Amino acid sequence: MLNQIAAIIAMNVKSLPRRANMSVAAVAAIAAVVAVLLGFLAMANGLQQTISGSGSDDFAIILRANSSSELNSTLTKDQQDLIALAPGFARGPGGRPLVSRESYVIVDGIKKSSDTKANIPLRGMSPEGVALRSGVRVTEGRMFEAGLNELVVGAGVLREFAGFEMGKEIRFGRSVWRVVGVFEAPGSVFESELWADIKVVQGQFNRGASVQTMRAKLAVPGDISTPAAYIENEPRLNADIKTERTYFAGQSQGTQQLVTLGWALGIAMALGSLSGALNTMYASVQARTRDIATLRTLGFGGFATFVGTVVESLVLAAIGGLIGGVVAFLFLDGITASTLSGSFTQVVFAFDLSPQLLADSVVLALVIGAVGGIFPAWRASRLPLTAAFGR
Amino acid sequence: MAALFTLNDVSKSFVRGSDTITIFDKLNMQIEAGDFVAIMGPSGSGKTTLLNMLGGVDGPTSGEIDFDGTRIDQLSENQLSRWRADNVGFIFQFYNLMPMLNAARNVELPLLLTSIKGKDRKARVDAALALVGLADRAKHSPNELSGGQQQRVAIARAIVSDPKLLLCDEPTGDLDRATADEILGILQSLNEKFGKTIVMVTHDPQAAKYAKRTLHLDKGAFVEEVAA
Ligand SMILES: Nc1ncnc2c1ncn2[C@@H]1O[C@H](COP(=O)(O)OP(=O)(O)OP(=O)(O)O)[C@@H](O)[C@H]1O
Ligand SMILES: [Mg+2]
Repeated sequence: MLNQIAAIIAMNVKSLPRRANMSVAAVAAIAAVVAVLLGFLAMANGLQQTISGSGSDDFAIILRANSSSELNSTLTKDQQDLIALAPGFARGPGGRPLVSRESYVIVDGIKKSSDTKANIPLRGMSPEGVALRSGVRVTEGRMFEAGLNELVVGAGVLREFAGFEMGKEIRFGRSVWRVVGVFEAPGSVFESELWADIKVVQGQFNRGASVQTMRAKLAVPGDISTPAAYIENEPRLNADIKTERTYFAGQSQGTQQLVTLGWALGIAMALGSLSGALNTMYASVQARTRDIATLRTLGFGGFATFVGTVVESLVLAAIGGLIGGVVAFLFLDGITASTLSGSFTQVVFAFDLSPQLLADSVVLALVIGAVGGIFPAWRASRLPLTAAFGR
Repeated sequence: MAALFTLNDVSKSFVRGSDTITIFDKLNMQIEAGDFVAIMGPSGSGKTTLLNMLGGVDGPTSGEIDFDGTRIDQLSENQLSRWRADNVGFIFQFYNLMPMLNAARNVELPLLLTSIKGKDRKARVDAALALVGLADRAKHSPNELSGGQQQRVAIARAIVSDPKLLLCDEPTGDLDRATADEILGILQSLNEKFGKTIVMVTHDPQAAKYAKRTLHLDKGAFVEEVAA
């Protein structure tokens, strides 16, 4: 039995090049499905990694209670001062708690790629703020100086937007700023931000003394229980504290929709390519009618014929899946793009194709191949043997 | 000689739409072991249909077909596959070699249905190819062989697993006279030297001369029987 099946599979696969013309359409259709699916998944994956990947257990973020993002959070000066007193935060030289008061405003920039306006987040932060983020590195110039209209520019902003080069002057509304530094924060949303001194931002954007969030270094990484209990028991405070990791993970939930969309589109296209696979395999069975009937006449079993045809279809699908994967990998992996994140600002991220995603797409291709092969294989196994005789 | 095949009241009809076409109505015949029978007759007289029934490729509508004690009309599809693999070698008008396999691989196909192992398989394939005079063409693929050579490969394939019975449907129908005579010579020697029972359908009276006897089929019955 295995001999038979192996022989038929070998024959079918060996004869594929003879039927290259009709195989090409199915392979191309399946390749397209896989490439599109991978495009979406790589995009979602990259975005997710960018939004959530930077999250650390070392730091905590404090927002007004029930704020879903920084934009709709606000903390008054009194609240800030109470929070700064909370136990459980790491302390710097002189016993001062390592906290940063941060405001988050949206400014306009001109995208290099499309020459259109897009939002950029401008973050005002205490001088301590830089040290309260992991992986930040100034690659050009220096950090902003307290009290001055100075900007440091995330590498992503520099890449995607015009006019943020070192030394450039930029006007936001009535305020004028000078770029004094460029920083990198690989794989993190911060790379898509502009940073400046909190006091200057409050002044220039009429924010008074209120901020949106605070950020602190935790005395015990990952442990927010001490400051959380303090905030809970302080009646003048109405705030939530989260680790940076938890906060970013929550922010990245929107990317799940992208994954769902990708799969929905992938499966819709898969149904389309399924008809291509079916046609190809029916045509293949048709073209091999005499060969199949001859083998059956010699005594080969219907089951072996069935398996042989299904495997042939799977081979075509695997080739298509592989081509789609390679195309997606060559053209998509690592390219950077920017898109709207949950808080309506540009997030610069890289498409990220993981082996897992490749495997998932190849599985989809094989499912197309299996389904596209079964019905023609059934026909193959039921062909009348008399087809072996005559022309 | 003992009867290898006994056909008892074999009827065969085809249903096409609302019509039923009866090809055979209660046909009776015997074929002895070691016989070489040529079947002739006009187109549409049922020669191929008869051969298909003898080969277990198509079943009778009613009646009994006994092969060496086995009622092949009663076998299931799977049992018939097995029976064909064990007992019948088929030789087709258009050779029916697998185009993607070389001569040796084509000849080996029936052995894949047996328990014979790789090394013995190769020895058998070589012997079968030598017997048809194509030992030096083992590695050639069908499209590198002439029609006569392809038919010889097909004969090697039909005999490689040493079946008792060879069924040939117009084995020389696609070949010129000289090549046809070569092929028929091979069939004759398989019958005479190796005792193969051969049933051969042919249009060609010259070809029929190689057989021991010729049956003329017309309108579903044998009209005369001619000794060779
Ligand atoms: N599967 C089938 N369905 C319907 N009719 C069939 C089928 N097979 C054969 N027939 C009919 O049965 C009759 C005999 O066919 P068969 O092929 O046995 O003739 P033949 O003697 O081999 O003819 P030829 O010399 O042309 O090969 C023909 O009328 C043919 O049309
Ligand atoms: Mg015929």
